[in-house]
Amino acid sequence: MKRARVAYSGAIHEATPHEQGLHLADGRVVAEEAVVWLPPFDVGTIIALGLNYADHAKELSFGKQEEPLVFLKGPGAVIGHRGQTRRPRDATFMHYECELAVIIGAPGKRIARADALAHVAGYTVANDYAIRDYLENWYRPNARVKNRDGGTVLGPWFVDAADIGATVALDLRTFVNGKQTQGGNTRDLVHSIPALIEYLSAFMTLNSGDVILTGTPEGVVNVNVGDEVVTEIDGIGRLVNTIVDDATFGR
Amino acid sequence: MLAPTLTFAFAPYRLSGTVYGVLLNHAPALQALGAAVNDAPYKAPPKAPVLYVKPRNTLAAPGSTCELPADVDALQIGANLGIVIGRTACRVAESQALEHVAGYLAVNDLSVPHESFYRPSVRLKALDGSCVIGRAVAKDRVRNPDALAITVFVDGEPVQRTDTGSRIRPLARLLADVTDFMTLSPGDIILLGTAHGAPTARAGQRFAIEIDGLGRLESMLAAAGPAHDRPMEPHA
Repeated sequence: MKRARVAYSGAIHEATPHEQGLHLADGRVVAEEAVVWLPPFDVGTIIALGLNYADHAKELSFGKQEEPLVFLKGPGAVIGHRGQTRRPRDATFMHYECELAVIIGAPGKRIARADALAHVAGYTVANDYAIRDYLENWYRPNARVKNRDGGTVLGPWFVDAADIGATVALDLRTFVNGKQTQGGNTRDLVHSIPALIEYLSAFMTLNSGDVILTGTPEGVVNVNVGDEVVTEIDGIGRLVNTIVDDATFGR
Repeated sequence: MLAPTLTFAFAPYRLSGTVYGVLLNHAPALQALGAAVNDAPYKAPPKAPVLYVKPRNTLAAPGSTCELPADVDALQIGANLGIVIGRTACRVAESQALEHVAGYLAVNDLSVPHESFYRPSVRLKALDGSCVIGRAVAKDRVRNPDALAITVFVDGEPVQRTDTGSRIRPLARLLADVTDFMTLSPGDIILLGTAHGAPTARAGQRFAIEIDGLGRLESMLAAAGPAHDRPMEPHA
């Protein structure tokens, strides 16, 4: 089952797909463009992975990793489907990252790999932007690169884990203005979803609503003001975002 | 681990649960790195504030016991001034930053000591119960948040005496620089930064931090439970 959270006509609603757009829980059917799409679940701790695709790691001559490259993000970064993300005028390399987002359901600590998928409530698509110009070598990737307002797009749908099953091998791809720029499959994760849940829960309790952004394959390119960026994962969803300028935010 | 007190008697009346820390904000801490800041892997001193997140699993109340991972001997006691945001802070000017502050609290940011600040493992800062949060005190009861005495105690003995001054970014400047790219919301906490020379505590020890006007936070460290904290091998 796929569910969205949208704002419409003065309230926030749960919504499901409908051939004419969206079916709100109260019975109304509305067009996709008539609502404001919110992140499809209450977002807890945001856990993100760097260099977690084999092609990307190989490309950068990364050998055996002792630990996954994990960093945390704050809730202010999150926006929903069809949102806008600001590109500062001094940026020269701002890129999207299409990622499978894994949403925790049942809380747990010290979860064994074999039990890990039982702690997954569902999945959504993430587009986790980075601005390379601001990269500094202190607590990489530093917040100014990866924890910016509106820099983490989540949605459109929360997809029940049961719909995906035990083998999570999904094609993912990104389109910039309709042209495909990135492609991969989640079977190529260096650290699989069960391995990540085992690793993280060894030192931190995972709670309902915590989300793991599992990393992106190679194929990131610069995006410019006015670009439409679509990150898509088979069976999960197609997430749209638009790049806007400083003036839109009164800068 | 006890749950922290999330509510208080002045606006915005509750914490959001979001806590950001800032690394190397104490001038002597950065100075202690010397010329190394220009060498690999850093290649230049920090420009923007070096931020990290203390996720919600770390939040704990005074009196809590934090459990050491099996492969760790001691935790660093990071006595911090916690700034509680009162009004949404986006691109605030330094001169107006205080208008966005609701109050202050003492925060003990516990971490596994680490020498490299390049890309340390998140597990060093994200242990369950490793962010001990005191009671919020209203802003008007603290005269100068940039000049508060701090004492750290281990087993009842004072082991560090320092204060909230000598910050590369004092409170108002920190809020201005952070909110240039990251909005802080009512109830969020941002830490002013641990002073250089933070002491450590081992399993079985009691320790406390005390900040002038904000009270004293007592904590305990316990030895590891069953060993599950092995570094993992990547699967093929």
